[in-house]
Amino acid sequence: MGRYILHRTGAAIATLIAASIIIFAFIHLIPGDPVYVMLGDGATPDQVAALRQRLGLDEPVIAQYFIWAGNALQGDLGQSVFFDTPVTQVIAEGAETSILLALITMVWIVGFGIPVGVLAAVRQGRWIDQGLSGLAMLLASVPTFWVGLYLILIFAAGLGWFPSSGYPSIFEEGGLSNLRYLVLPSLALAAPNAALILRLTRASMLDVSREDYVRTARAKGIRPSRVVVRHILRNALLAVVSAFGFTFAALISEAVVTETVFALPGVGRTVVQSILRRDYPVIQGVILIIVCLYLVINLLVDLSYRMLDPRVELE
Amino acid sequence: MIETIRSSTRLIAARPLVAIGAAFLTLIVTFAIFAPWIAPFGPDAIDPVNRLLPPGGGHLMGTDHFGRDTFSRVVYGSRLALLIGVGVVVFALGTGVPIGVLSALYPKLGRVLMRMVDVLMSFPSLLLALGLIVILGQGVFNAILAIGLIYLTTTARIVYGVALRLRAEPYVEAARSMGAGTWWVVTRHILPNMISPLMVQASFVFAFAQLGAAALDFLGLGAPPDVPSWGNMLAESRIYITRASWLLLWPGLMIVLTAFSLNLVGDWLRDRMDPRFREMVGK
Repeated sequence: MGRYILHRTGAAIATLIAASIIIFAFIHLIPGDPVYVMLGDGATPDQVAALRQRLGLDEPVIAQYFIWAGNALQGDLGQSVFFDTPVTQVIAEGAETSILLALITMVWIVGFGIPVGVLAAVRQGRWIDQGLSGLAMLLASVPTFWVGLYLILIFAAGLGWFPSSGYPSIFEEGGLSNLRYLVLPSLALAAPNAALILRLTRASMLDVSREDYVRTARAKGIRPSRVVVRHILRNALLAVVSAFGFTFAALISEAVVTETVFALPGVGRTVVQSILRRDYPVIQGVILIIVCLYLVINLLVDLSYRMLDPRVELE
Repeated sequence: MIETIRSSTRLIAARPLVAIGAAFLTLIVTFAIFAPWIAPFGPDAIDPVNRLLPPGGGHLMGTDHFGRDTFSRVVYGSRLALLIGVGVVVFALGTGVPIGVLSALYPKLGRVLMRMVDVLMSFPSLLLALGLIVILGQGVFNAILAIGLIYLTTTARIVYGVALRLRAEPYVEAARSMGAGTWWVVTRHILPNMISPLMVQASFVFAFAQLGAAALDFLGLGAPPDVPSWGNMLAESRIYITRASWLLLWPGLMIVLTAFSLNLVGDWLRDRMDPRFREMVGK
């Protein structure tokens, strides 16, 4: 196990280093002088020189990378050109919204995808299975922003049950009841990903139910519901857990769109706005943090998978 | 011809939903090719007097905030949907297949190439596409490249897996021991056996390219705003959703039905495929 942890962690760090080089190179791949692109044509030579120095663009490229990566390791991701505040502060301001949105979305995904996937597997081949599998494929084919716009139209503009946009912090007036602002966005974000978990749970349940120990359990006369829960589901969930890392990445990607639809002050909307404002240090910082998060979550998933199922071998 | 009719009737009987999906895709292709004859108005024909009209009368799907005919724009939008789909598939397969095959045949090169693919896969897909858009700039062609890059990685992975298995097949070993060169093995044994996994992958890539392009359009980073794409139509209709909700319906429905039909067809192709490769594609 020790070797496994070491090997996996090493691979994750290597991937992170490679990814950080790509993220760093990004600013140099933009056509034209990034400083002029960021400041616009009306910039004075003094402003240009100041920003160039602040971004460290006077140094040789390789030195620039090491300065940037070294600062990042110490928690300094540079300054936002638009806000003139540290990038970490810009990200921290959006973090609460994005983390809560992801957590609530995960609740929908797990709460809907797994039980419904089990139901489809238990009723394999019947009309209910075909109906649910069809529904899953339909949900996977729907753009999240379209679902979001319809949710706004029906539940916010029509019925008035939920607010249509924005999100005041739960630490401000209103407290936890402010979470109602995240109900519709999280449902929109959950739709395609719940469909994925549903399909995966179903497929994994069917795989496990063909195992010898399931047949043995049935032959021993154990109650069918107990076989489903104790023998099939527990083992089938392993494959589902391993998909959580992937689901998380999908959530982050799609949150960019969902946060824009619902005007949520999250990290995803910050990315889109920073792209439109050409605020490159913020884009770099956000992407670096998200890649880090993604690698850590995948690493944890890999390690827990191995702990849950010791048969998993090193590749 | 008779064989085609016979196999289509078999499909309709066995998998009615797949047949409906295939029919819808045929409709989209027809729209795209014959748009000027099918659409009653030009896609950009502005008519300020008749703005935000509900469906009915002379406008089958109503009109938008410039008085442009929604049905005509939906019909012309299928051109861009097809262009994006085909473009992304060609790019993803055109780059992913050589990377995957070369990696399987030359393990040392493979270790480097597959590691690079892993690194690209550590970026959440839409963020990777957005990053590329920032570098390349906005536009239809750049959207194709950006979305194609996402599916280059998954395609290369799948092709790599399939090619590794094929390389170990007895007939490939036999060909090699008889002195067949790499080119011969690739063109006569590996690529022909890869056609069905690639067709499945192509249909899923085509489907997800629709969703990716729509998301880029919606964020204002895809096709230029004057291009009648379904994603742009949705982005424009956003402000009018309470006054003219039908503007939201039609382009959205086109995206959903196109992606859904492609997923149905992809699933059907996968079910007909060699069971050894079935689990490798379409995850």
